[in-house]
Amino acid sequence: MTAALEARVSTPLRDFELAAELAARPGRPLALVGPSGAGKTTLLGAIAGLLSPDRGRVALGGETWLDTERGIDVPAERRGCGLLFQDYALFPRMSAWRNVAYGAAGGRRARRGAALAMLERFGIAHLAEARPGALSGGERQRVALARALAARPRALLLDEPLAALDTATRRAALGELHRLLAELDAPVVLVTHSFDEAALLGGELAVIDRGAIVQRGDAAEISARPVSPFVADFAGAVVLRGEAEPAPPGEPTTVRLRGGGRARSVDAAAGPVAVCVFPWDVSIEPAGAPPPFDSMLNRVGGRVISVTTVGNRARVGIAVPQTLSAEITAESARRLGLRPGLAVTAAWKASATRLVGEGPGRSNREAAPASIGP
Amino acid sequence: MRRSSPFAWIALLAALAGLAFLLVPVVAVFADTGPGRLLDALGEPAAREALWLSLRTTTIAILVVIVVGTPAAYLIAGREFRGRALVLTAIELPLVMPPAVAGIALLAAFGPRGILGDAIEGAGVELVFQTAGVVVALVFVSAPFFLRSAISSFEAVDPRLLAAARTLGAGPFRAFATVALPSARGGLASGLALAWGRALGEFGATLLFAGSLQGVTRTAPLAIFADFSEPDGFVSALALSAVLILVSAALLLAVKLLGGERDLAGGGSR
Repeated sequence: MTAALEARVSTPLRDFELAAELAARPGRPLALVGPSGAGKTTLLGAIAGLLSPDRGRVALGGETWLDTERGIDVPAERRGCGLLFQDYALFPRMSAWRNVAYGAAGGRRARRGAALAMLERFGIAHLAEARPGALSGGERQRVALARALAARPRALLLDEPLAALDTATRRAALGELHRLLAELDAPVVLVTHSFDEAALLGGELAVIDRGAIVQRGDAAEISARPVSPFVADFAGAVVLRGEAEPAPPGEPTTVRLRGGGRARSVDAAAGPVAVCVFPWDVSIEPAGAPPPFDSMLNRVGGRVISVTTVGNRARVGIAVPQTLSAEITAESARRLGLRPGLAVTAAWKASATRLVGEGPGRSNREAAPASIGP
Repeated sequence: MRRSSPFAWIALLAALAGLAFLLVPVVAVFADTGPGRLLDALGEPAAREALWLSLRTTTIAILVVIVVGTPAAYLIAGREFRGRALVLTAIELPLVMPPAVAGIALLAAFGPRGILGDAIEGAGVELVFQTAGVVVALVFVSAPFFLRSAISSFEAVDPRLLAAARTLGAGPFRAFATVALPSARGGLASGLALAWGRALGEFGATLLFAGSLQGVTRTAPLAIFADFSEPDGFVSALALSAVLILVSAALLLAVKLLGGERDLAGGGSR
């Protein structure tokens, strides 16, 4: 078993300070997830040795790659740390196999053999002689992965490995990458701005915002217990702002929503809070219908502002007046005759409602309303 | 059919006139003499000596420029440092310096009474009236052409490619040789062609710094001038000129082909 990768890095970025600490061990890829410009790529660069942070320590097992206090900064070429670049950075004047052979060990023949074997493994042996310019996005991604792996990296970093792919290719590549990372006997850190990708690829997630890691855990934990409105929003939850009224023990907390309406939650809170609920936990009823006798404690009236159908699902934006979004089946949306302007009631359970204080999230932006509509 | 605008006609006329103006003198060199007399004139030892000297000195000068200039340009292209703009300006200064001024400047620096004259003499090196002096003059005037082109083509190399090479275990030299050099190839080749052309035509700085001694410092351009100054020397001057035109054209073509045929067609190399 190879050793774990540990990194602690602080360095100024343009608008804020990157100060993050992470650890990854083989067999459990760490997905560093956060919005663009949060410092993810800089962090990878510092681990790979492509840039020198002001302060920090990076080590693989017992081997120190960087220690600013002790003046250690091993050059990138001697770290053996593979990096998959966001746009792959394939050498444009070399054929696919020469790209892959570039970092392989051994003599000419051994390197060529290793490259061809690696291309074979990725199912693109027939493209060995092609130049990167002649390859599709998906093929380029495989060549880049093959190139990184042919160098037998002791740790592997992936910077937005799927961002350069079109949607259809991405779905297939996601599955392949998941299998590949699971088999790899080296610590893996991958960076993505998509929570879904992180949830699928990462054994563990670390949410990074404005240079700081604000929450870590597995995807289910983070979705269930977001530490801040930012994390909740990022994980795909609807975030509504409001004021919580202290409730007697054993009673659900009531939150007066900004702009109108009330929501109830099993979480205890007082004062300004963010009410977080996932769109798939929200159901829609026609306005004015008698409330059914059920377990939904939250019923808020509003108007439909958008209906976006993707496949068999429909995402419905509702102004309550804060924007709430509900994910229902396309069939239900048709049955309810949903269209912008229609008055409806949104309902969800108090037990599916998280109350989150401003928490340790460093984001000073207003938690954005859940994205909706085209 | 679409009618062309008057401007299109004017532009076409300007292009044709310009092209004719540039080509007529070149054609005239060959038309004025005729192949027989050209060959006769080249049979003279002085002419052959001058051509051979030009070939040797420019080759040595260009080799020096490449060997020293390529790593220097790579270094300057890849670094941000204080005074970088000043360095770039200093490199370009000889480009705009009149050749005669360059000759005087070289004398002031490396001549017998120049500021480094004693040191050079002490090292047992003679430059003035020596072939080595010609090479010094050629390097001085041609290096900026190569450096400028090399710096900008190294600057255009995608830094992520170099970073990728390093994460794959390539040290600075291997990354330079396998990634930066191939990417910059087109720009380096055109810089090389310009520098060689400039060296081949060098006249003023060579004359002032190294003199015009037949067989020692009298390169082809100096020989052309020497022939021209003789009462019946015009034909010899023409003959040498014709050869220089052919050599320059061949050089330009060869270097451009070396740098990738796309450059010849006028496209970028990236």
